Amino acid sequence: MIATDVQNRKSAISGKAKLTTRVVRLHYGDFLALKDISLEIPERAITAIIGPSGCGKSSFLRLFNRMNDLIPNAKVEGEVLLDDIPLYGEPIDVVELRKRVGMVFQKPNPFPMSVFDNVAFGPRRHGKRNRRQLEDIVERSLNQAALWDEVKDKLGQSALALSGGQQQRLCIARVLAVECEVILMDEPCSALDPIATLKIEELMRSLAEEYTIVIVTHNMQQAARVSDMAAFLMMDEDRSGVLVEYSATARLFTNPSDKRTEDYITGRFG
Amino acid sequence: MAFRWIKSRASSQRIAFVLLGLATLIVVIPVAFILVQIVVRGAGTISWEFLTDAPSQAGKAGGIGPAIVGTLYLMAGTLLFSLPIGVLAGVYLTEYARDTWLTRLINMAIMNLAGVPSIVYGLFGLGLFVLAMHFGMSLLSASLTLACQALAMTVTTSREAILAVPREYREGSLALGATKWQTVRHIVLPQALPGIITGAVLAMSRAAGETAPILVVGAAFLLPRLPDSPMDQFMALPYHLYTVAAHVPGMPEGTPWGVALVLLVVVLSFNLTATAIRLRVRRRRIGS
Repeated sequence: MIATDVQNRKSAISGKAKLTTRVVRLHYGDFLALKDISLEIPERAITAIIGPSGCGKSSFLRLFNRMNDLIPNAKVEGEVLLDDIPLYGEPIDVVELRKRVGMVFQKPNPFPMSVFDNVAFGPRRHGKRNRRQLEDIVERSLNQAALWDEVKDKLGQSALALSGGQQQRLCIARVLAVECEVILMDEPCSALDPIATLKIEELMRSLAEEYTIVIVTHNMQQAARVSDMAAFLMMDEDRSGVLVEYSATARLFTNPSDKRTEDYITGRFG
Repeated sequence: MAFRWIKSRASSQRIAFVLLGLATLIVVIPVAFILVQIVVRGAGTISWEFLTDAPSQAGKAGGIGPAIVGTLYLMAGTLLFSLPIGVLAGVYLTEYARDTWLTRLINMAIMNLAGVPSIVYGLFGLGLFVLAMHFGMSLLSASLTLACQALAMTVTTSREAILAVPREYREGSLALGATKWQTVRHIVLPQALPGIITGAVLAMSRAAGETAPILVVGAAFLLPRLPDSPMDQFMALPYHLYTVAAHVPGMPEGTPWGVALVLLVVVLSFNLTATAIRLRVRRRRIGS
């Protein structure tokens, strides 16, 4: 069933797979958090991961930049690929990976430093020191994140003085500044008001022309509004996260092939 | 009936208020009394000569210049040895060490080090630095000894300050491809700095007041000149206070009070400096 969906999506999005998982299992100690998840995430498109709380959406997202490494006892089986590069199994340069696969968190987390230093943080850590070059990167990134006009006169001010929505767009600019290819978003709007949320969604749509975006969201309207592809995860009887359905967003929301998906999107549980 | 109940509730409220106020007063009164005594009795002794001259006639005449400078040297020496090691150990224990029974044991041991009586540190310093390492009775031995004592505090406060840095900042930095060390260096340490500074200065001002340990590792009873190298003996305010207050007959009455006043001012001004630094860093961090 999923296999035919993959065919449909490929014609619909006409992109090649940027991220691939094959029979991935994620363990936290003895607990199996994700069970046998296989899917292909197309490049230059927005893929939404939806599902009830605790089904492993965030854990799944964190596979792609190896942020699960920070959790002791986390163990991954199966294959996770970025383009054709396996991210697990053989040793890889995690720093290089995280440059290519950026992440935006649930709660806006600008560093307690100036707007400029926030955006320049990544490039600086990766060895860019030239002031002119950094200024160019900061301006370009803030422009891409649709924040430049609002902050161009306060680049030297603390980022913590910005509004929540601005802070989140700053965090997106910070990711863009390291010239990533993929942006992982972990419920990026759950701490924002509807207007700020709308701005982030518009931004996501414009970024999707150049970047591969994977967004975890609780908000099904949001998933329906912004995403091209949607994956529905839920817990099985062992409380492990399993992939129930993965297809083009329009299809998943209008004509789900699995009864559980239909129950979830119509609000019968979760 | 209801009215009486309200009334009794109001009066028990008043009793609690009075009791709490009284307890606070009992805490404050002795402190205020001591401060006033020291200032009133010691102020007359303070003069430029008293602060800068060397003592003569076993402290009965002259000033306490070498003791003031000796104490400042001692504080600097303590800071020099305890701060870097304390911060590095704090970073290792919080950021790098795995959470095993061994690290938990080490953490507990470090916290308990703060409770070891200071004379024990003195004897430890005597055995290790003065005798075994041949540093002799010297400023160096005393600084190292007090640094060992201060370490308990600098490691503990560094650890706490580092642990208080929100996880979101660390994750944000790592997710941008910063290495662990870059994250510690550029995110964690700047955030933890005010806490670290506070701990270091408190440890330092405590070292400034210590008498017992330095007695056995290098403080001189009377040395009417400045130490000319770290290997030299030195005078220190608390030991000098002990000397002039209890060991020299015919001491002018104001002298011990004067020394006490100077010691108090040195320690308090360090504490105030620490507070000022902390407030400034915090204000800068929150941003205008």
